[in-house]
Amino acid sequence: MPNLRVRSGRLAAAVLAAGCAAGVLTGCGGAGGGSAGGHSINVLMVNNPQMVDLQKLTAKHFTKQTGITVNFTVLPENDVRDKITQDFSSQAGRYDVASISNFEVPFYAKNGWLDAMDPFLAKDSGFDQHDVLPTMRQSLTGADGKVYGEPFYGESSFLMYRKDVFAAKHLTMPAKPTWQQVADLAAKADGAKPGMRGICLRGQPGWGEMIAPLTTVVNTFGGTWFTKDWQAQVDSGGFKQATQFYVDLVRRHGEAGAAQSGFTECLNGMEQGKVAMWYDATSAAGSLEGQGSPVAGKVGYVPAPVTRTDSSGWLYTWAWGIQKASRHADDAWKFVSWASSAGYEKLVGSTLGWARVPAGKRASTYANPDYQKASAAFYRATQTAITTADPANPGVQPRPTPGIQFVDIPEFTDLGTQVSQQLSGAIAGRTSVPAALRASQRLADAVAKKYR
Amino acid sequence: MRRILGVVAWLVGIAFFFPVAWMVFTSLHSEQAAATNPPDVTAPLTLDGYREFFGASTGASPWPYLINSATASLVSTLLVVILAMLAGYALAIRPVRRWTDALFFFLSTKMLPAVAGLLPIYLISQRIGLLDNVWLMVVLYTAMNLPIAVWMMHSFLREVPVAILEAAALDGARLPTVLRRVILPVAAPGVAATALICFIFSWNEMLFARVLTGVVAGTAPVFLTSFVTSQGLFLSKVCAAATVISVPVLAAGFAAQNKLVQGLSLGAVK
Repeated sequence: MPNLRVRSGRLAAAVLAAGCAAGVLTGCGGAGGGSAGGHSINVLMVNNPQMVDLQKLTAKHFTKQTGITVNFTVLPENDVRDKITQDFSSQAGRYDVASISNFEVPFYAKNGWLDAMDPFLAKDSGFDQHDVLPTMRQSLTGADGKVYGEPFYGESSFLMYRKDVFAAKHLTMPAKPTWQQVADLAAKADGAKPGMRGICLRGQPGWGEMIAPLTTVVNTFGGTWFTKDWQAQVDSGGFKQATQFYVDLVRRHGEAGAAQSGFTECLNGMEQGKVAMWYDATSAAGSLEGQGSPVAGKVGYVPAPVTRTDSSGWLYTWAWGIQKASRHADDAWKFVSWASSAGYEKLVGSTLGWARVPAGKRASTYANPDYQKASAAFYRATQTAITTADPANPGVQPRPTPGIQFVDIPEFTDLGTQVSQQLSGAIAGRTSVPAALRASQRLADAVAKKYR
Repeated sequence: MRRILGVVAWLVGIAFFFPVAWMVFTSLHSEQAAATNPPDVTAPLTLDGYREFFGASTGASPWPYLINSATASLVSTLLVVILAMLAGYALAIRPVRRWTDALFFFLSTKMLPAVAGLLPIYLISQRIGLLDNVWLMVVLYTAMNLPIAVWMMHSFLREVPVAILEAAALDGARLPTVLRRVILPVAAPGVAATALICFIFSWNEMLFARVLTGVVAGTAPVFLTSFVTSQGLFLSKVCAAATVISVPVLAAGFAAQNKLVQGLSLGAVK
């Protein structure tokens, strides 16, 4: 086939041409990437219900007034953290604003990834920074004393229980329960109704799932992850006692499928009458008392149970941070200032209902009669929990970093998740608590070595 | 015996189809009913999950994501088929020197786990300003699917009888004509099978899309994950989204079905 042989040179040319076509196409798309242009900003945020409401209200109430278009990227919690770390650590500047928590703010600020907000605050008198709850303000301030985040909503933790079930079984919930009292009540309330268990405690692996409530129990039992000089304490003293207590309680009287239950599963279990008590985030109350909830009006709220400390509730906030590499910092601040304002809370209250207000960050929210009326069952308990939380001093001994339900180092996400996988195995009965903690101690020690 | 095999075949078929059917079924429930355990099969059906997918409560439209996915998948598939056909020709019909080495070189590029290339690709695309750009996805999907497509096209093109190529050459047909009017009709089932596989792979690709896209170039699988939340119920929404996002793949499968059956068995029996 001589004819075909001659043509093979053209074949190579055709391959090259096709390759070049791809190259040309690539060039055409160049304008699409990068940061947003003109009066528009890119916002990356976690997919929580409060953010979904924000997404709904932005075009009509923010863009219309300011002319700033907001492009939202919404992702689940773990994905959003990955993405934010990726974009902020490389200072790629694709996102002007991101939802970050009081866990990230201190070390993001230290790494120089965030824009300090003090200059904006100085010019923006309408924002009223002093209305923001002191614990929130403190947890979003960097080591250099500058403000690096403004809270969107805040939460602590407390104990929720079914008042009707307790009344029917003649049980009384103390105004400030201890963990031992809660364990006794869980035993008595277990089986109060067909298929109802005593208490729901998170058993799903994840540093933001099971580790959060467990660490508050550890704190009040006198344990800690690390001593002030970075000695890991995971398989000794209070940590061991607390973990054994937590795992025993959830195995004996906890929810079905505890090793896979996180916030969502417990919320669902509480709404469907599968558990009599639940220790979790204060923000859950909004859902339990919200429209269409079968348990609305039947739930009582008391402070986080304690053992050796006065209070044990955690402190957490989803806040806004502005990336240092952002080329639209002024527009970004306008958005943050709007989304974290008291005015935005009023907007949500009047358009979507007061139960859906992103609360837990401003003193004025708790003085608002409309909000008080809508959240009469829980607003006092929430406010007390948030204002009494003490991230600097959450346990019985000095800590190396601030933080109640976490240790404020980047390594904690991996450490917490790996330890929780061990402990989730203990809840499922695959391993024992001492064995799980021995393995965890080695992991914690490896992390601590870096800081000693 | 035939009967037993028939029953087994049906059982396996149902076992494969059941999760898909369950996904569609769940997508038609309210969030509360979808999260009920054990499942309540008598719960009333609703289209709320689909309304949510199309942005009923957030106003976030799925169309930009679907269009990005379609662009990345269709353009990359087209490029892959053209390139693989030419490569297949050079490896099967007019084998270049040491064509087996070339073939295995193509395959060796698939031996590195994709995730190992992710970080370098991220950094390079950041440097050259291609992050969050749909054409980056086109290039990546083309590169990712090309080796397997070359192998497929190679085995399909080997089945093309040499006699008809010689006949075409004697009639004075030049290469483009030979490719278009002689080889393509004979190899059509193979081309369809290759194109379908590449389309499915790139439509479903999630790892690279999740890391390399953001505000403007997000693809449908990335959009799908945005319904997952750690605070609240999302099962019905995610199932509805997964159902809608599966439709183009199903449509492509049905469209290629006739050709595909021939294509998959082509070369199996001499």
